[in-house]
Amino acid sequence: MTASRLDRRFAELRDEGRAGLVTFVCGGDPDADTFQAILDGLPEAGADVIEVGMPFSDPMADGPSIQAGNLRALAAGMTLKRLLGHIARFREMNSETPLVLMGYFNPIHKFGPERFLEAAIAAGVDGLIVVDLPPEEDAELCLPAMARGLNFIRLATPTTDDKRLPKVLGNTSGFIYYVSITGITGAAAPVADMVGAAVARLRRHTDLPVAVGFGIREPAQAAGIARLADAAVVGSALVDEVARHVAEGDTSGLPEALHAKVRSLAQAVRGARAA
Amino acid sequence: MATAITATTRMATGRPNSFRAGPDEDGHFGIYGGRFVAETLMPNILALEEAWLAAKQDPSFQAELDSWFKDYVGRPSPLYLAQRLTDHLGGAKVYFKRDELNHTGAHKINNCVGQILLATRMGKKRIIAETGAGQHGVATATVAARFGLECIIYMGERDIERQAPNVFRMRLLGAKVVPVTSGSKTLKDAMNEALRDWVTNVDDTFYIIGSVAGPHPYPALVRDFQSIIGTEARAQIQEKEGRLPDLLVAAVGGGSNAMGLFHPFLDDPEVRIVAVEAAGDGIETGRHAAAMTAGEPGVLHGMRSYLMQDDDGQIVEPHSISAGLDYPGIGPEHSWLKDMGRIEIATATDQDALDAFALCAKLEGILPALEPSHALAEVTRQAPQLAKDQIIIMNLCGRGDKDIGTVAQHMGVTL
Repeated sequence: MTASRLDRRFAELRDEGRAGLVTFVCGGDPDADTFQAILDGLPEAGADVIEVGMPFSDPMADGPSIQAGNLRALAAGMTLKRLLGHIARFREMNSETPLVLMGYFNPIHKFGPERFLEAAIAAGVDGLIVVDLPPEEDAELCLPAMARGLNFIRLATPTTDDKRLPKVLGNTSGFIYYVSITGITGAAAPVADMVGAAVARLRRHTDLPVAVGFGIREPAQAAGIARLADAAVVGSALVDEVARHVAEGDTSGLPEALHAKVRSLAQAVRGARAA
Repeated sequence: MATAITATTRMATGRPNSFRAGPDEDGHFGIYGGRFVAETLMPNILALEEAWLAAKQDPSFQAELDSWFKDYVGRPSPLYLAQRLTDHLGGAKVYFKRDELNHTGAHKINNCVGQILLATRMGKKRIIAETGAGQHGVATATVAARFGLECIIYMGERDIERQAPNVFRMRLLGAKVVPVTSGSKTLKDAMNEALRDWVTNVDDTFYIIGSVAGPHPYPALVRDFQSIIGTEARAQIQEKEGRLPDLLVAAVGGGSNAMGLFHPFLDDPEVRIVAVEAAGDGIETGRHAAAMTAGEPGVLHGMRSYLMQDDDGQIVEPHSISAGLDYPGIGPEHSWLKDMGRIEIATATDQDALDAFALCAKLEGILPALEPSHALAEVTRQAPQLAKDQIIIMNLCGRGDKDIGTVAQHMGVTL
């Protein structure tokens, strides 16, 4: 089997001697056209890996920012099927940047796991993060996804102890996403010392790249994480940018503003280890 | 181990030897149940399961629970022959299992006493809970006060408006009531918010889930604590009538009062069992809370079960006059029992429940909560079709004091 886009991207990052920036946006937020413009411009702005949220009415592990993003997307008519259409369009222009879908199981369950996997691969999706599917429920989606060459990325958290970690890492591929705080997305900022220790612990258990997220908002924080981990994930801060433009009633400048934010984060991440 | 594997195989392949053996070791009732939660919660859920299994084996835990049931909750609750209602309906004898006479006025306290004993065994200092009608919130605040633990209750903003007396009760009991403003601002959103709290405060916090819902082991654990209802009813009807009932009826939202009554009778094939879902404005309007009647299997709040959802798998906001039934899902064991054909599913609309509420007040001098009023509506349909020597037991799981504001509003009366 050839290396996945995620494997290739993390190998490139290693060769360049730098960490990557993973950006999260809610699929279809705030509306279909604006989302497509946001998505299409992310690689050029400096996103090394793109995470797209599959909108869900009840995002239990997410804080207020991403909850609101989910609801905006749903109110504007986004569905899982339409979202895959947007990703297919993105793939017409970009064949290099890995794209990972992140969300909750029920929309996939309703779509039908097998049918969904086929459609996601056809659209150019590289990996899945399904927040409410722990290893205990692997049979349904994780194993079929792996069999088709799709990466299944798992979250590890501060509560995932050494005894449990092998189970979490078992069927994980692409990268491991370390949730730097016990909490929901967009909550308190992570503490560098604790993140360093956690990343070191993960590396004792796995050779997979480690991405760290939850609570990273500013370029300086992203740089701090980039010194410790293989990638920094930024989500709520970008989704807040969407919310700000929606609140002001004008989203015409949103894609540029969001890309500018990504650019400053990317700069910080790229320069982190040189500084 | 060998027996556990055998039980699993049976659950997966067809009619089991016993309907009371579930869940399997991974928390599944057939295809339902499971543990669909974020990784942050997994260690906690596994620890809870371990603590629960240990407590179940510990005679001192059971003795302590029995003592709290007797002296604090006021158990056993009576099994009462509703004679005037029986005469009025002209068919089967109707018995009420009177869990509305428990301390705090509903069956919810049975589970809360059990879970707070577990919480203290596990050394947790902080209690959180979700509530819809407020009965589970009141029961949780009650036991938290009694055991001297910090208590935070998540409640939808809309339910806070509908259930003001219960909100005040919880505050009097020292709980902090946090309004939930996301989504439909009702029970499902309160549960989302409680899960968010738990994800954030996993170390010191115990989440007292109020229904036979959520990730394993909650559906089994809550069922075990609520089964005292059916265990008592079984002994009481034997004593009064010398035999088992012909029919059990209970309302289902998440399904805890119903499972509590049903479970000890599941392996008695001569006992018919009917669960009554809230039909709201009518199933055909789409404005209802009848997950098993009109929903399909999905995954929410840590479990696979029947769910109200749209074509894209988004959760549909439920509607019921009864805040306690206003939930888009149902406990996974109910879903399994429905698929196995062991329980029948009926529905009652808001208006059916109001009519039954009025009837019960007039004939029996009891104001039932709007939740069991749905069950009573089904009893008024079933009893006349049965012979006079047949027996129905209905779970009168809560009292209606909390609902008089809602009822008055529907009668056009200003209090």
